[in-house]
Amino acid sequence: MKLTLKIWRQKSKDDKGFFKTYVHNHVSPDMSFLEMLDVLNTELIKKNEEPVHFDHDCREGICGMCSLYINGKPHGPLQTTTCQLHMRSFSDGETITIEPWRASAFPVVKDLVVDRAAFDRIQQAGGYVNVNTGGVPDANVIPIAKKLADEAMDAAACIGCGACVAACKNASAMLFVSAKISQFALLPQGQVERKERAEKMVAQMDAEGFGSCTNTYACEAECPKGIKITNIARMNREYLSAMLSSYKIESKGGGD
Amino acid sequence: MKWFLDLFSSSLGRKVLMALTGLFLILFLAVHLAGNLQLLKDDGGKAFNIYADFMGHNPLIQFVSKGNFALILIHAIWGIFLTIKNRKARGPVGYAISNKSSVWASRNMGILGTLILIFLVIHLKDFYAQAHFGSLSTQVYDGKEVTDLYTQVAYWFKVEWYVILYVVCMAALGFHLWHGFASVFQSLGLNHLKYNPVINFVGKTFAVVVPFAFAIIPIFMYLGITI
Repeated sequence: MKLTLKIWRQKSKDDKGFFKTYVHNHVSPDMSFLEMLDVLNTELIKKNEEPVHFDHDCREGICGMCSLYINGKPHGPLQTTTCQLHMRSFSDGETITIEPWRASAFPVVKDLVVDRAAFDRIQQAGGYVNVNTGGVPDANVIPIAKKLADEAMDAAACIGCGACVAACKNASAMLFVSAKISQFALLPQGQVERKERAEKMVAQMDAEGFGSCTNTYACEAECPKGIKITNIARMNREYLSAMLSSYKIESKGGGD
Repeated sequence: MKWFLDLFSSSLGRKVLMALTGLFLILFLAVHLAGNLQLLKDDGGKAFNIYADFMGHNPLIQFVSKGNFALILIHAIWGIFLTIKNRKARGPVGYAISNKSSVWASRNMGILGTLILIFLVIHLKDFYAQAHFGSLSTQVYDGKEVTDLYTQVAYWFKVEWYVILYVVCMAALGFHLWHGFASVFQSLGLNHLKYNPVINFVGKTFAVVVPFAFAIIPIFMYLGITI
């Protein structure tokens, strides 16, 4: 296969950046998208040119590290991660435009690499549970309906890649945040910090400068893990009820 | 009350404000349509004029009407404010190719809303302002003198460009509702497998039927059809 690649090149965070066109003559339909870029980079290195920087890690579709906004879609034409996208999804002679995730909360580090630490800070704000340490508890000790356990598991499938932010016309992170809130809100173990979690994670999301949801559902259409927008509705519920009913916490000290 | 301000200045609280104002405006549309359909009655405007006179002088209706103006303004200004904020969230550089994985109407609520707002200004200038502050002629029905708003409406609905503008703006309203109706419930967190089909069905039906019925009035009056 022969391809024309229009790739965003940007030296550093403060550099202006531009599209550079590459003609790629050695593409096999069996290559993954990242392998195709690997081959391009090998050629660039041989020519003493700066290789194209992009994020990747497991290349098994489970870590959430790879990104790339390909022809107007995060992770390309299939609803999967970029590492699981193969060149057979494209046709010979096609022009492919590759851009980094675009969001003010995800600044470009270099070329196609963006800084997604904003997601980590949202998680740190409340995406955890306090549980007793010790041995693994026996099965079925904590009663929970199968349906709820399944829904929590579906929400927990989010790998935090940021495709939802990239797809959203408002660069909203609500699909991600709602999945993280939902996976605990549905479980008995998540009840202790339930209200606090919703309040803190939403506050952190706003502080990071993500946009707000206008219910276009582009995120759901693009999410490689099939996270549903019902999670966003649940987050709205969780947050509203938390804000209306949570206790005001005042630290007095002295234990009383 | 800091928590209350925090709530409505958060990204989620802002959505709630858009949803609640939008929901009231949906109810208003239904009431307004019921009144307007009387224009099509074959009675020279008697029913419509009596109805308009009642709406213009009943203190409760007038109170709700002022509230309605306030909600339209909040909905519009808040929408513009949110759109600007959301644009900023994209960052300094936008995409070369924009994402098209969502419904067109959902991505263009701002443009559709602006069209509706422009329509509202023209609409209020020619009808509301004329009925309240203008010098329209009067009609006497059963010994009671009422403003003849019907003749004013009938005049404008004979003007070709006005009818076309009216119909185009009703199409914009339809697309706005196509997204807006179900969106209200999602923003309020009211999403449930048992109720989603009902919300979607009622929402889509409302989005088609109401603007269609609104648009049919100037078309019929232009063609001189009465029912």
